[in-house]
Amino acid sequence: MDNDSNGGGTTPLELVLAWGFVGIPLLWGVYGTLVNALKLFQ
Amino acid sequence: MGVLSILDRSHSVAKPGFSRWMVPPAALCIHLCIGQAYAFSVFNLPMSKLIGITKPAPDDWKLTDLGWIFSIAIFVLGFSAAVLGRWVEEGGPRRTMFTSALFFGGGFLISAFGVSVHQLWIVYLGYGVLGGIGLGLGYISPVSTLIKWFPDRPGMSTGMAIMGFGGAAMIAAPLSVWLISVFSTPTHVGVAETFVVLGLVYACFMMVGAAIVRLPPPGWKPEGYVPPTQPKKLVTTKDVYVYQALKTPQFWLIWIVLCMNVTAGIGVLSQASAMSQEMFPGRVTAATAGGFVGLLSIFNMAGRFFWASTSDYIGRKNTYFIFFVLGFVLYALVPYFGGAGNLALFVLGFCVILSMYGGGFATVPAYLKDMFGTRYVGAIHGMLITAWSVAGVLGPVLVNYIRQYQLDSGVPKAQAYNVTMYIMAGLLVVGFIANALIKAVDDRHHMEPETVDDVVGVA
Repeated sequence: MDNDSNGGGTTPLELVLAWGFVGIPLLWGVYGTLVNALKLFQ
Repeated sequence: MGVLSILDRSHSVAKPGFSRWMVPPAALCIHLCIGQAYAFSVFNLPMSKLIGITKPAPDDWKLTDLGWIFSIAIFVLGFSAAVLGRWVEEGGPRRTMFTSALFFGGGFLISAFGVSVHQLWIVYLGYGVLGGIGLGLGYISPVSTLIKWFPDRPGMSTGMAIMGFGGAAMIAAPLSVWLISVFSTPTHVGVAETFVVLGLVYACFMMVGAAIVRLPPPGWKPEGYVPPTQPKKLVTTKDVYVYQALKTPQFWLIWIVLCMNVTAGIGVLSQASAMSQEMFPGRVTAATAGGFVGLLSIFNMAGRFFWASTSDYIGRKNTYFIFFVLGFVLYALVPYFGGAGNLALFVLGFCVILSMYGGGFATVPAYLKDMFGTRYVGAIHGMLITAWSVAGVLGPVLVNYIRQYQLDSGVPKAQAYNVTMYIMAGLLVVGFIANALIKAVDDRHHMEPETVDDVVGVA
């Protein structure tokens, strides 16, 4: 898919799924923490 | 044994066409789980009321005894990473990540049993010892794999994984609190059930990482990547055998660098909530202090990616110079910000300090790779993590004891942390000197190419 792969094999869908699998929980955690952190400036 | 052969190093080698960008999510699958350790304190209060339910009963576990669960886990993390590092490197990432998932998830399940029969030693054994081994194996294996896939950007790649370790508590803390509330009834505290769910979920999540992780084939390089023809002075192209690294001054200097950087940061992190409330009485409440700690966690996490990535451009040594110089200035200024009542600068100062604390963790694997090569970087990293274990005790003890000594000497609470901050600044001076003394590893420590093949078993 890019110059980092060796010509096929890993599909873009697999990349999206793999990154989504870890990215969604991480973003959820960061969002919740940020909302909580805003109390400091209220 | 036949089925388990898929875990072997030889079966983990990527086939042509595999994208290296699949490896960071695999690493994050592990680090987002094992980083839960930072959130373990959310269990302490519920576990101190397992019998009394609403308030601790005489037979309930004491908070001081419960604090040992985390301490044992972190100690075993460092110990297992140091002892099992060579096994990790030679067995490959899939076997290690699989084993890590079994230990970490299994540790939760055994702890659940310990909670249900109210035997604290079983929890020590479960989460502390077995979970700690899972932590140690899971921490170093993905990092060394990423370094092998990203020879052009080792700092950025390890920063991504170790960022996950820093961010995991942001997921684990609310998830654990929610699960406890779901399983609790008026006559029961739902800690055991929460442990079972977390153990199973984390084990499954980590297994996904073990399934998708791959090693690059021998001699693989990213397309278009040309290793520098003029090697940089502090970046070796050769390898140092794992135990030979211990005989170099560079290993021990980097050990001091990491230990000083972590001691300063972890001391602040462990007392951030109380410190902010005592330095700004009336302005920072318990609830807003929670927000302050959350903000520090975000900077701790983001700093891991930012500083490690930056180190790919400015070099590891310069990155640590920034940590020590900027850290020294900020630690020296924080008491002034507190005295002046400037909450915004106080918060900003600590956010930058914590970003460098996280950055120190994330940049060190690439520093080791620069010094000792890629072959045994995971095992060497494992041995270096003992610096974290030492700092994990030293930092909080320094902050707590000096604060108490100040209070006993009649210093007002708002100023009780000033001396601590100056001592932390002094620790950073020690780190600065150690970093300044780091030179390239002497050639006599490097492995001969044929030795590398013998040890690794690469055809």
